[in-house]
Amino acid sequence: MNGRPLLRVEGLRTWLGDHARPVRAVDGLDLEIHRGETLALLGESGCGKSMTALSIMRLLPPSGRIVAGHVFLGETALLDLPESAMRNERGGRMGMIFQEPMTSLNAVLTVGEQIAEAVRLHDPDSRDRVEERVVELLTAVGIPDPRRRLREFPHQLSGGMKQRVMIAIALAGRPELLIADEPTTALDVTIQAQVLALLKDLQQRTGMAVLLITHDLGVVSEVADRLAVMYAGQIIEVAATRGFFRQPRHPYSRKLFESMPGRNRRGRALAVIEGSVPDLASEFRGCRFLERCDRAMPVCAEEEPPWCDTGVDSGMRCHLCGREQTEAEVAGGQAAQVEEVEEPSRPLLEVQDLQVHFPIRKGVLKRVVGQVKAVDGVTLEIHQGRTLALVGESGCGKTTVGKGILQLIRPTGGAVRFGGDDLTRLDRRALRPRRTDMQIIFQDPVSSMNPRMLVGDIVAEGMRALGVVGDAREGRLRVAELLRQVGLSEEAASRYPHEFSGGQRQRICVARALAVNPRFIVCDEPTSALDVSVQAQILNLLKALQQDLGLSYLFITHDISVVDYLAHEVAVMYLGRIVEQGRVEEVLATPAHPYTRALLSAVPQVDPERRRQVIRLEGDMPSPADPPAGCFFHPRCPEATDQCRRAYPDEVSLSDSWRVSCFRVAAGTSARPGAGDGATG
Amino acid sequence: MSGELVVLWTDALIFLLLVVAVGFGVYAAGRPHLRGPWGAVVRSRVGMGTLVVLAFYVAVGLLDSIHFQPGDGNGGPAGAEVVSLFDTLVGGLRARQEKSYSAPLATRLYTKENIELPDGRTVRDYPRLRYGGAHLQDPESERLPDLLRLSAVGIVKGLVVSLVVANVLIMLLAGRNRSDYGSQARQLLRGRTGIPWRVALGMTTLMLVLVFWSAELAAKYHLLGTDKVGEDVFYQALKSIRTGLVIGTLTTLVMLPAAILLGIMAGYFRGWVDDLIQYTYTTLNSIPGVLLIAAAILMLQIYMSNHADEFNSLVERADLRLLFLCIILGVTSWTGLCRLLRGEALKLREVDYVQAATALGVGHMTIITRHILPNVLHIVLISVVLDFSGLVLAEAVLSYVNIGVDPTMNSWGNMINSARLEMAREPIVWWSLAAAMIFMFVLVLAANLLSDVVQDAFNPRLRNRR
Repeated sequence: MNGRPLLRVEGLRTWLGDHARPVRAVDGLDLEIHRGETLALLGESGCGKSMTALSIMRLLPPSGRIVAGHVFLGETALLDLPESAMRNERGGRMGMIFQEPMTSLNAVLTVGEQIAEAVRLHDPDSRDRVEERVVELLTAVGIPDPRRRLREFPHQLSGGMKQRVMIAIALAGRPELLIADEPTTALDVTIQAQVLALLKDLQQRTGMAVLLITHDLGVVSEVADRLAVMYAGQIIEVAATRGFFRQPRHPYSRKLFESMPGRNRRGRALAVIEGSVPDLASEFRGCRFLERCDRAMPVCAEEEPPWCDTGVDSGMRCHLCGREQTEAEVAGGQAAQVEEVEEPSRPLLEVQDLQVHFPIRKGVLKRVVGQVKAVDGVTLEIHQGRTLALVGESGCGKTTVGKGILQLIRPTGGAVRFGGDDLTRLDRRALRPRRTDMQIIFQDPVSSMNPRMLVGDIVAEGMRALGVVGDAREGRLRVAELLRQVGLSEEAASRYPHEFSGGQRQRICVARALAVNPRFIVCDEPTSALDVSVQAQILNLLKALQQDLGLSYLFITHDISVVDYLAHEVAVMYLGRIVEQGRVEEVLATPAHPYTRALLSAVPQVDPERRRQVIRLEGDMPSPADPPAGCFFHPRCPEATDQCRRAYPDEVSLSDSWRVSCFRVAAGTSARPGAGDGATG
Repeated sequence: MSGELVVLWTDALIFLLLVVAVGFGVYAAGRPHLRGPWGAVVRSRVGMGTLVVLAFYVAVGLLDSIHFQPGDGNGGPAGAEVVSLFDTLVGGLRARQEKSYSAPLATRLYTKENIELPDGRTVRDYPRLRYGGAHLQDPESERLPDLLRLSAVGIVKGLVVSLVVANVLIMLLAGRNRSDYGSQARQLLRGRTGIPWRVALGMTTLMLVLVFWSAELAAKYHLLGTDKVGEDVFYQALKSIRTGLVIGTLTTLVMLPAAILLGIMAGYFRGWVDDLIQYTYTTLNSIPGVLLIAAAILMLQIYMSNHADEFNSLVERADLRLLFLCIILGVTSWTGLCRLLRGEALKLREVDYVQAATALGVGHMTIITRHILPNVLHIVLISVVLDFSGLVLAEAVLSYVNIGVDPTMNSWGNMINSARLEMAREPIVWWSLAAAMIFMFVLVLAANLLSDVVQDAFNPRLRNRR
């Protein structure tokens, strides 16, 4: 990089909360972004990424304050500007887009008015032709039929569209710097691919700089030129993206890489970063990563590591600086081989043509006017000790399948056979004894535990309700045993859930599910609310438990890398139906259904070398209340024919385990482009 | 003070409520999620100040809730009259009845009368009061110095007592914190304690000074004048405290079980249970509340006049009417809380931990009591505190239109009601109205301020904003 940087942040310190014990959200941060460059700020939740962005924009919450540092945008010292001048910078030379497009737009104004507002404020040249400029912006962010769209209200747009509108608003002032705070985290992978492509495209056309805040290594690898890794309020490593993905330097970055699940780590336990991000309210003496670092030296506890440059524009904050290259990677006992369980003959759970419909009622008499077909004929089977992954975008009915199997939502039709009984025919009372066999783990570890109960009571709840254990003493012993089994201490039993971190809470949830000795567990996105390093802990735990106890999992997820790492079979769902299912090796390596191919290609790849052509899916998933005629996927399918518009395709078997619902595959005419070009995930 | 204890219905319920409150306090102390918000209430300065004021009100109310029939002094049978502990404590106030209106701190009646002089002539003048300022020889010249002297004595007494209280508090705190008296006192006076003891002490001192000052003056004068039949207005206002508190708290007690049970059931079970409960409270809500109350009270009145012999004393009769008023107010006011709880239960039944409990085979009743009830309690608490002041005001309004408490019972509503005529006469009699207003205003203001603090502390959405 040459020339003066566009944005220069020096020694920024932002504190939150009361003065007696402030949370040092940003603690001495230096950053430079050049024109036309994308810098990714990467870090786990709670490490101060968003606070950095808000400090630069001077949009801190009331309890936040910048206690030291400088921020220069070009020649302007942003922190010294009066608020009135700062307002011109915001939305003018600096634009910002936020994570949640649903709440970032005003619901009672049309999209056009909201963009026009920004145009009037920040684009004086366009003041006499506001509408044309709005149309121009909407076209620029790739919204089809902009003249019609600008009269629509936010609720008429889908999530991806709303994020595009947000980008259009940010672009209205022709910004030199765009700050994007987790712009795609709330979106599905196919939509994420659209938005990331758009950002990249816009940057090339306008030459603006982008500060991209994210926790997703894949996203970084897709779009960033350079990246800065943030940990506990500081930047600990800066590197060019290509170099970083070839050879991360800082122990934390390395660990982060090793803890990523994926095909190449299949069969092995994931590397784990012990513990969690330190409390930012405490004072640090030595290195902040000390407690979780497996290469800590005595000096790390004594003094804070200084910044050291390791290349032209790369560097890190570590005492190992300069002497780390020759040392071999410390793999430790983590890489122990995990054996694959042989597939037995009889399935443990059979789901046949499961349907869950929700009636839509209208009018005074609440007459049923339609059905939301959340799940519309799903057939699955899961064998003892195996993991079936159910993948799909949000709203496709994955979670409803899980709850339908457990009879938490009563299915409308179909059968769920478990151990010889059809669960859908049993009433609540008859179901109770069978509850011990099937359990569920939820996505959000915060809401899945009653905050008013002790952990011991939470874990023991099922044992008591189902009478698994006899007396109270035996119960306590069993709880202690379970807590040890999931890697917590026995003392945890007498504490409340809020005293634990996200990963620990998820362990407690696993313990609660295990308490009744189940044979089958529905894991409903158990790691998607967790950071990568913590995700690895939970995945390892689940895998170890499967091995020890012979559990079967229905693993509901949208994260293909987790599927690749953990699952034996995979089923891809679209709009309430399974479009393709089979063994992981078959489906992920050579996806047959066009939707599977698009889904897999949209997943951001960590490895820049293995980048591939993204199959762009237009639009969003239709509403399950009103599915399209014929094949549900045909409006978005790049290979759709007339036949697809007329009827829903029957299932075709490609091997004894692999089934696809697609006319193109059935006819043998599908080009199957995914097979050739290295789509190995 | 010998006599037979009489337990009125409302007395029993008040003490039941007290026991429940203390029990809840003990229960909450062991649970951090309950102790935390209360700690926040106590740590806020407004919260502490209002708690002190409310404590004085509650003390008067409780003293006024221990009733007995005094004997005739010779161990003879008890009379028909029922008095409270509070009455005996301020006995003088009750007994010293004048002929008619007299202004606050006056020595003469407010109306001219024919006075017969010793020499047989009659003059038309303001006669001297029988009790108010009766110790003065020449009221015109002696009254002001006497008032000042009594005020000074009262204030000094108040300060002395507060000083004692402050010292006891400091010693207790020093003992608990294992620090010495001096440093603890310094900390407290500088406001460096976690709980704002300085505010609490300041407020207590203010209240104590007020109490002693009014006690001194009220012993010799009528502090807030007398009403039409010569009763002391200050005494009436004090007696009204109990009525106000009873209405504010017992109504809640009556409505809570129904509101909680039905609200949670409607939200949790949904389906026809929900429909039934919703229609019930929607129907109840569409009946004008005042009409329902009027109908119920009128029916009660007829019943009472037909069965007059069932009631031993006027006090008992008035008490039953008060209880009935509480019940009927409860019946008309539970719907709001019920609706809130239904919404919350609807939300909670879909929460993951309830789903997990269902998956673990936990029964409906256990889910409701273990998972849903504890997680809606903060709403119950907030709405109870918010409703309190509204109910105190409602009593005043209802008594004003004659469908409130018994006319013989002291209440702010009745005082205001009687003030209707007093305001119309010339010169106007303003003190009944003013006394009722001041007492009610202080109570309602304190309750409202406290409810704000409680709401801030318990509302999970507000909790993280500080």
